[in-house]
Amino acid sequence: MAEILVLAEHVDADVKKVTLELITLARRFGEASVVWTGAGAEEGQARLAEYGATRVYVAADSVYDDYVTNPAAELLAQLVKEKSPALVLVAGNAQGKEVAGRLAVKIDSGVLTDAVDLQPGADGPVAEQSVFGGATIVHSRVRRGTPIVAMRPNAVAPEPAAGDAAIEAVSLSADATGARITNRVVAERSDRPELSEASIVVSGGRGTGGAEGFGVIEQLADAMGAAVGASRAVTDAGWYPHQFQVGQTGKTVSPQLYMAIGISGAIQHRAGMQTSKTIIAVNKDPEAPIFELADFGVVGDLFKVVPQLLEEIGKRK
Amino acid sequence: MNIVVLVKQVPDTWAERKLKDADATLDRASVDGLINELDEYAIEEGLQIAEAQRAAGNEAEVTILTMGPEKAAESIRKALSMGADKAVHLLDDGLAGSDGLSTSYALAQVLGQIGFDLVIAGSESTDARMGVMAAMLAERLGVPQVSLANKVEIDGTAIRIRRASEDGYFEVESTLPAVVSVVEKTNEPRYPSFKGIMAAKKKPVQTMSLADAGIDPALVGLGGAATEVVDHTQRPPRQAGTVVKDEGDGGAKVAEFLAAQKFI
Ligand SMILES: Cc1cc2nc3c(=O)[nH]c(=O)nc-3n(C[C@H](O)[C@H](O)[C@H](O)COP(=O)(O)OP(=O)(O)OC[C@H]3O[C@@H](n4cnc5c(N)ncnc54)[C@H](O)[C@@H]3O)c2cc1C
Ligand SMILES: Nc1ncnc2c1ncn2[C@@H]1O[C@H](COP(=O)(O)O)[C@@H](O)[C@H]1O
Repeated sequence: MAEILVLAEHVDADVKKVTLELITLARRFGEASVVWTGAGAEEGQARLAEYGATRVYVAADSVYDDYVTNPAAELLAQLVKEKSPALVLVAGNAQGKEVAGRLAVKIDSGVLTDAVDLQPGADGPVAEQSVFGGATIVHSRVRRGTPIVAMRPNAVAPEPAAGDAAIEAVSLSADATGARITNRVVAERSDRPELSEASIVVSGGRGTGGAEGFGVIEQLADAMGAAVGASRAVTDAGWYPHQFQVGQTGKTVSPQLYMAIGISGAIQHRAGMQTSKTIIAVNKDPEAPIFELADFGVVGDLFKVVPQLLEEIGKRK
Repeated sequence: MNIVVLVKQVPDTWAERKLKDADATLDRASVDGLINELDEYAIEEGLQIAEAQRAAGNEAEVTILTMGPEKAAESIRKALSMGADKAVHLLDDGLAGSDGLSTSYALAQVLGQIGFDLVIAGSESTDARMGVMAAMLAERLGVPQVSLANKVEIDGTAIRIRRASEDGYFEVESTLPAVVSVVEKTNEPRYPSFKGIMAAKKKPVQTMSLADAGIDPALVGLGGAATEVVDHTQRPPRQAGTVVKDEGDGGAKVAEFLAAQKFI
């Protein structure tokens, strides 16, 4: 059976949901071989097996944490040469796309980014991409080399399957070079679900009026068990940290439910949330473009609507 | 210091953008082109670094590099009117339909010819949205990739940045020459002044063809691309939902909807 390489994303032993999605997807095309860089593989192994990974190539070296993208790309290039996989899958976030780009140059292969689906085709895998802010659906394929595809998180639902996830140690034959990471500053992790993985996202925009007003978004998110998101107007103003920005230059989310509160729905914002299953909007301007997308919208003041909603949720609990 | 800023002309995000039926390439003729907004941050960063170098008594020059059709000259003019010193326009019909991989090859060939201490790109182009160019160019040129910076510091031949990460940021350092990309939190791009607009008219723009840059025509354009579009369609508009006006019961109505959909 064809071998498919999946670059794992993990925080220590914690396997990120997007990796389980990629393993699930890989099984459509052959055997899923996970590529694990850094520590934690032994503890993460069970989770990879649960979703049907056949094997795990482990490069338990610290270079992957010390240098930007190049060692991971180099390792993948080496594995492509040794194993001749039919396909390489990476997470379609900023880091994953950069690894994909470097790998593409190293092995002279085509790369497709931001895929929302991937299906077998007569001439190899066919990716579905949603372009121009979601207005156009494109199907594309790689016609030279080993296809490299960066999948948008939440594009496929992870499905458990039996797998051995047999660990095989590998190591980089070349020295790591490039830009060195000297320090990592990670924001304090809240108990909320991670933004790009969450099944419910509650996002606030300029309509919240400031950092204090944005508190109501956090309250609603907590009542719903949701992740908090923000528009660029909010992160630019410093009302909420940058890593929570949803949109073209922020994160792409595709949850079951997206609640846009006090957000106008500019095309760059929509580019990051358009594929959400159900969309709710609260905005005092009936002309706000976000209503074009909303399954349910309320024209009104968020400072009246949200507190009442919180009360109703409380009553139903 | 020889600073090269990569600027792409893209169709206006607010206009209706379409792929052409004949070859599935972007229809650039029917919409207004403008500078990829995210490249304005790259231009601003280049100008600020050059200003700081000059203030410290070093020579510095900012060159704009654009690959694109004739029309892309408008974006070059704008970049020059913001304050860049000169520009190189890689212009050749053979480039039409290039994908990310072939674009990086073409740009790397030009960069090899014109030389650089620092290449600055935007974090992504608003039309292709690949976000891969800085990584691809660093790989091709064999220099460090110092990308996705929301803060850049240069100290002699050392460069230090803050790289935006999934849940915070990394501090990253390397030496020059290097390829940098900047995100939109780095700076506030300046508007061209009247003086800048007038001065831009006299600034040199060098046009290069494939042959001038030593680019193999077989490796670029539709024929040289490693990816291809199989088909494309317009997404059907989302089915219109229900929009109600808050009559003092807006929150309760949302709760009803959420309950009916089993979210609460
Ligand atoms: C290259 C580029 C990339 C970009 N990337 C992103 C991105 O990644 N993400 C992103 O979000 N944006 C992005 N933008 C910015 C985008 O164009 C918009 O400017 C931004 O999304 C606006 O944010 P907003 O909706 O919160 O603010 P606004 O557009 O100002 O909208 C605020 C809304 O709140 C409503 N409101 C005000 N008060 C209340 C109230 N009391 N109750 C209810 N409603 C109220 C108003 O009616 C209005 O509709 C990008 C722009 C560019 C050029
Ligand atoms: N044709 C081009 N000419 C000049 N610069 C480009 C071109 N294409 C991409 N770039 C640069 O690469 C960045 C990332 O583009 P992309 O990888 O297409 O999202 C852009 O912000 C530009 O700085």
